[in-house]
Amino acid sequence: MGGKIISLSGPTVTTDLTGLKLYDRVAVGENGLTGEAVRLDSKTATIQVYEDTRGLALGESVVSRGESLSVSLGPGLLGVMFDGLQRPLAEQEKRTGPFIGPVAELTALNRRQGLEFVARKKPGDPVRGGDILGFVREGAFEHAVLVPPGREGIIARIDSRTLEPGESVCTLENGEEIGPIHSWPVRRPRPYRQKLSPGTPVVTGQRIIDFLFPLARGGTAMIPGGFGTGKTILEQTIAKYADVDIVIYVGCGERGNEMSEMIEEFRELSDPRTGRSLMERTVMVVNTSNMPVAAREASIYTAVTMGEYYRDLGFDVLLLADSISRWAEALREISSSLEEMPGEEGYPTYLASRLASFVERAGVVETFAGRTGSLSMILSVSPPGGDFTEPVTQALLRTAGSFLVLDTGLANARHFPAINWGQSYSLYEEAMTGQFTAALSGEWQEMRARCREVLRRELALKEIVEIVGLEGMQERDRLLLDVAERIRGRFLAQNAYSPPQETLARIREILIDYAQAEAGMTDGAETDAAG
Amino acid sequence: MRLAEHRYRTVTRLAGQLLLVEQVAAVRLGELVRISDPDGIVMEGEVLEIDRDRVLVQLFGETRGLDCDHTVVSFSGGAKQVPLGREILGRCFNGSFTPLVGLPLFLPDIWRPVGAYPMNPVSRQRPTEFIETGISAIDGLNTLVKGQKLPIFSCAGLPAKELVARILRNAGPGGGATPFVVIFAALGLTFQEYSFYMNALADTRAEYVAFVNMADDPVMERLLAPRLALAVAEYLAFEQGMDVLVLISDMLNYCDALREIANAREELPGRRGYPGYMYSDLASLYERAGRVRGREGSITILPVVTMPEDDITHPIPDLTGYITEGQIVLSRDLHQQGVFPPIDVLPSLSRLMQKGIGEGRTREDHNRVANQLYKSYARGRELRKLEAIVGRDGMMAADQVLLDFSGAFEQEFVNQGVERRSITATIDLGLELLQRFKLLDQDESAKGGKSDAPSDAKQSPAA
Repeated sequence: MGGKIISLSGPTVTTDLTGLKLYDRVAVGENGLTGEAVRLDSKTATIQVYEDTRGLALGESVVSRGESLSVSLGPGLLGVMFDGLQRPLAEQEKRTGPFIGPVAELTALNRRQGLEFVARKKPGDPVRGGDILGFVREGAFEHAVLVPPGREGIIARIDSRTLEPGESVCTLENGEEIGPIHSWPVRRPRPYRQKLSPGTPVVTGQRIIDFLFPLARGGTAMIPGGFGTGKTILEQTIAKYADVDIVIYVGCGERGNEMSEMIEEFRELSDPRTGRSLMERTVMVVNTSNMPVAAREASIYTAVTMGEYYRDLGFDVLLLADSISRWAEALREISSSLEEMPGEEGYPTYLASRLASFVERAGVVETFAGRTGSLSMILSVSPPGGDFTEPVTQALLRTAGSFLVLDTGLANARHFPAINWGQSYSLYEEAMTGQFTAALSGEWQEMRARCREVLRRELALKEIVEIVGLEGMQERDRLLLDVAERIRGRFLAQNAYSPPQETLARIREILIDYAQAEAGMTDGAETDAAG
Repeated sequence: MRLAEHRYRTVTRLAGQLLLVEQVAAVRLGELVRISDPDGIVMEGEVLEIDRDRVLVQLFGETRGLDCDHTVVSFSGGAKQVPLGREILGRCFNGSFTPLVGLPLFLPDIWRPVGAYPMNPVSRQRPTEFIETGISAIDGLNTLVKGQKLPIFSCAGLPAKELVARILRNAGPGGGATPFVVIFAALGLTFQEYSFYMNALADTRAEYVAFVNMADDPVMERLLAPRLALAVAEYLAFEQGMDVLVLISDMLNYCDALREIANAREELPGRRGYPGYMYSDLASLYERAGRVRGREGSITILPVVTMPEDDITHPIPDLTGYITEGQIVLSRDLHQQGVFPPIDVLPSLSRLMQKGIGEGRTREDHNRVANQLYKSYARGRELRKLEAIVGRDGMMAADQVLLDFSGAFEQEFVNQGVERRSITATIDLGLELLQRFKLLDQDESAKGGKSDAPSDAKQSPAA
């Protein structure tokens, strides 16, 4: 099938190519730029091109790839930095140097060495989508080779051996070959046997999150904050310390220097649990703000599909996206180039539903192989002017389970993480607190309640202090303000990793001092509030 | 592929900066177009949209006097290119790369397209080299490093250009072995502003290249000038190994030009009428700052952004702050007190500071002094609100000390007039202030490495 370009406008191309299906992937022009068919008419098709369209000429070819936008899944993803279309950026550098020029196909999983395959099934076994055929090693992980969802049959050939690049691991009786790598369309959620409700917490090592606003495995958190409030640092810190198996980090429309910094740090730092380099458990998908906008739109889907793949292997996966606002802006740009009717603030009216179906790809599932895997998400939002009434924040609020507000005032006071404890909430609060309590001690719950009470009363007292000054306050209230100050400075603010035991120990120390000081006051004794 | 230019007289519509030409065969998106008419007006344009044989062209020059019947449109077959060579140093051009004074165009070594490809994130070198600007509020608390993009957020009437002139004069050649060059993009400036900057440039002793688009020059060239400047910067930095400082003033005029052009193209307006893609557009400029692994040279971008209505949440400073690696914010209040430079250090921030300071770069105690200054001043500023309500006498002694400190900090540390302070002088001054008010946190060192109290929790936050 071949067609020609008949009109060009920004990233949108019209072609006379027919026979396409909606959302089919096409190659546009001499350089084979990646595009997606987004609108079909009887004689023409509208193509959304994911790359820079400058230089495309009228009459250049448009070829169908016969599938929708897909990613390759298999061993070899970990430690790699991809762009929004799953092209490895290091490979790209080898081809075009330090600046990203047009290249024809770049394969995501470019394996050069053989893989040691250990078979778990034998010839004659019936298999279906999601079943585990055997294992290969990928860094620290034993990597299950799955029957791709939707395929089934009886195994004709399978054996344990070293796989050469491109070789399949088994042949079915109907002649189909199954390799260690398969491809999956990014916009279609990967199937599972059943979805379970989130049960255990993701320990982030951030005291304010673990203690006050916990995140559940399979849950979603959103982090809105104006510029300079520390969204990126917070996401990267969580990416370092969270107790999950796999981290998928999406740098969506953000800064290039931050990405180079992150790679450097992740190579140097090691995973506190396995002792291996953090990079070995991390996949990065990066589309910086100056890279093509349409690929930015695709980047979160590329990432979530890889996340689901590891979930299907039975791992706990954490996807961090920074930032969803840049994704929404890309969606808006595409929508406007397709001349769709704009909704609020120019965003397409389907913003909320697209976002909701993306967020719904998080969760704890039972896989077809009977394993349990989870995909949790932490999504940052960059509201214009720090105004949370804007459409992206509002759309995400409806689906995200935990809302961690970053506060410009706290950031200006260099209090990090600048999470505002008055406005943030977590819907997993009750269940996760129960989990922490069960895992550590009953004090977790009790201390939590007391800590919240101090912070709540501090807010109320602060208004009075504004009017009468600290000198005019009662001694008891001054003690409370002092304790709140300690909680803020020594507990809520942090810049290192804090395991739950330490989190509890710290708050316990402060609150027990407080209880003693308060008891001393009741006796009418002189109290040194600062303890 | 065509080998020669081809010409058309089939213009069917002219509206503002847009031209529609019909019955065109073989044309590329973004292709450079030349326009001429019998009076000899010649200007350039760019192919914006192609719909079968109808081509929409964005014109770069003054369109007054064009008509449909006599205008000749010729397609060049390629994208707009920039002539590059070392001889460009010391030259001054307009937004179409026409030399402004004196000599004709130099003999270029090489031609490159204006629209650059984005830098591959894996090829980036993390910026860590300190640039001494000689200004305490920047060097001490918001350190600039090579390869950073750090805007100056100003308000109408504040001395942003005087600050920039000081930075240029101080940051100039002197430091490293790599040659230092300033590239200046003047966007929509008045003659007065322009001549001020040009005098400052002449003073720097550094070599410079200027792209000048004055307030009454074509608006389209205002969008081109910074791109020309950056194309030259990339050449000088990454091919000639120079440290390039790109100064852009004023981005407010750039964004207004962007809005004007978007509106003329009948695009959907976003917040305050600015186009929805303004973030991506600004990023396509600012993200060209940086360093490349394994190569000498760097591009540091210092844009001046005047905030309309002094409002930092206005879309222009807002989007800028989301892209750049921090910001230097000027304060009207400090300016009125006669403080120069009137930098408000509280909302100011350099995200790359932590990587550029400390032992071997600035000084081992830099971070500790900076944090303590910041913390004490922040507290002092907060106490001023309280002072306004309860009066100074109603406050505790410790709070009164902080109030005094804040005043002294503004008058002695931030305020420095035309003096150039070395980084050592800046840190010493900060230490002296802290000692004078007995604010040096004694337990700071005693707490040891594992502590994470807020005093040393100054991470460089990133949005």
